[in-house]
Amino acid sequence: MSEFASSTVVQPEPLLEVNDLKMHFPVKEGILMKSKRYNKAVDGVSFSIKPGETLGLVGESGCGKSTLGRCVVDLYKPTSGQIKFEGQDVALLPKSDKLAFRRNIQMIFQDPMESLNSRHTVGDIIEEPLIIHKMGDALWRKKRVLELLDIVGLPARSVTRYPFEFSGGQRQRIGIARAIALNPKLIVCDEAVSALDVSIQSQILNLLVELQREFNLSYLFIAHDLAVVKHISDRIAIMYLGRVVETASAETIYSGNKHPYTRSLLSAIPIPDPHHKPDRIVLQGDVPSPINPPSGCTFHPRCGHCEAVCRSEVPRLRNLESAAHRLSCHVDLIS
Amino acid sequence: MSTVTDSLLKVSNLAIEFDTDEGQVRAVDDISFSVQAGQTLGIVGESGCGKSVTALSLMRLLPQPMGQIVSGSIEFEGKNLAQASIKEMEKIRGARIGMVFQEPMTALNPVKTIGKQLIESLLLHTKMSADKAIQAAVAMLDRVGIPSPDIRIAEYPHQLSGGMRQRVVIAMALICRPSLLIADEPTTALDVTVQAQILELLKELQDEMGMSVMLITHDLGVIAETCESVVVMYAGKVAETGTVYDIFDKPYHPYTRGLLNSIPRLDSPSKSVLNTIEGMVPGLLDLPSGCRFQNRCPHADETCTARAPTLDARSATHEVSCHHWLNLAPHKVS
Repeated sequence: MSEFASSTVVQPEPLLEVNDLKMHFPVKEGILMKSKRYNKAVDGVSFSIKPGETLGLVGESGCGKSTLGRCVVDLYKPTSGQIKFEGQDVALLPKSDKLAFRRNIQMIFQDPMESLNSRHTVGDIIEEPLIIHKMGDALWRKKRVLELLDIVGLPARSVTRYPFEFSGGQRQRIGIARAIALNPKLIVCDEAVSALDVSIQSQILNLLVELQREFNLSYLFIAHDLAVVKHISDRIAIMYLGRVVETASAETIYSGNKHPYTRSLLSAIPIPDPHHKPDRIVLQGDVPSPINPPSGCTFHPRCGHCEAVCRSEVPRLRNLESAAHRLSCHVDLIS
Repeated sequence: MSTVTDSLLKVSNLAIEFDTDEGQVRAVDDISFSVQAGQTLGIVGESGCGKSVTALSLMRLLPQPMGQIVSGSIEFEGKNLAQASIKEMEKIRGARIGMVFQEPMTALNPVKTIGKQLIESLLLHTKMSADKAIQAAVAMLDRVGIPSPDIRIAEYPHQLSGGMRQRVVIAMALICRPSLLIADEPTTALDVTVQAQILELLKELQDEMGMSVMLITHDLGVIAETCESVVVMYAGKVAETGTVYDIFDKPYHPYTRGLLNSIPRLDSPSKSVLNTIEGMVPGLLDLPSGCRFQNRCPHADETCTARAPTLDARSATHEVSCHHWLNLAPHKVS
């Protein structure tokens, strides 16, 4: 291959593409338990993830970030919208291909104590996906489990132990070993480091970055801690009440953000430096209920830049200078 | 801290033990610190370091009969709380010392209206009439930022959001105007934007009432922002203590440095390798010999395994518990 040919910029195909995804849960009420209203947990979200890329998904509790993650790994059937994995619509996959799709997309949960079966040994837990996907024989699987333990930094003797014998950080390593067992292409991390102490959290974050480099993994990294997300992500999407309000590179979200919600979220983070005097935009009130969201821009009751148009019209997610920075706001903020 | 001019609370050589199936466990070992009047002291450490147990022991709320204060004194407003009788403690809890816990739903009674819970301590600790108490409760709810407090007072905890519940708990803790507020991870369960609201509210109320606050948290950002002085705890011992500037600008203890270096910061480059503290916090039943941090410390040698370090004064405000702190260059964490 000539030098010239390889230097032409080829945009890699997105690994995962989500288009206008909606997940509405019926709210059952009244004596007949009829559902007249819907909890619009995810209400029209689009994004894509390239191979080897990390997309951080940030928002406060109830913004729909976990629901979105669960839709992506096919745990929920979305109300409408499309999820494409390697160019194929996941909803249209024949049953025979579904298993292969599931192999390529795995999940790491917040609480490893709840997501690991406490009656199984660590060896059984890590081997289970290999058995389900009928990979290798018993001997090969045993070797693979030891290899995986080594990759995540756990001693080989862990195989015969039970999850309760491990600390929180080590349990999260077990969860990671299970998630990478099938050589997936995408891992959805749902608050994967939120329950860990700071000194352990940094160990796990380093491990995730290392694994990504080694296996060219993509991550959908869901968390509420913007400092952690900024550290691990290439791009970040900020969610508020079921919608994405801003997406940009991690650097732009930090230094060139445009959405008032992104700004207040960033300014609310306590900085570990006593000389830093916070210039804080304190939001009034709480996140409204997704069952009965405010009219127009759902952020308008808490927004310091609210104008008449914000109360009546829903802002579209539009491109700013390029498709790399997208914003859903009527008001143009000068940075 | 050695300068104790007008400390409101002075804890000296406190040790707490728990009776467990596997034997006697010393959860807090010989710790001393003080809270100055009107100031905020932060206690920081990882899970299991003994920070919450310390807070509970100040209120004499250790789980009974397993948890016992085995030695040391807790001097508060002229009394030694470590020796106080149950009757005396009942007069202090809620009246002189208020407490706010992490999870507001467990701190509130789900079957009582928030009004009932608010006036309870007023009726118990003051001679106020029920009518006056209700008025005071409405005023307090208004002060902590609950909209339409006269209606909200008749509601139950489940009708409020997480942030609102924490405001109610703060109102409850402060309604008798205590001189000390102990806040154990008060914002950990809350979203960042709500956390910012609550921290600001606590600061305002502290200035207004002139009370002292003892803030327990694992979040170094919260410490840097709210505290005047800091105690860093590790495995039941004080590792380092000083003013917030001592701890953040000139940390000497390898554990403090490790903690400060391992947090991802907003202005650090993405996907850079974070510094880590190797290994994990030891269990209280299998503590290493000598210095408790020795098995995770990059500077450990024979001295550290042989004997436990004492708390050495580096300056009038700054104390370090490490054999090697003199040889460790002052270190500004980037």
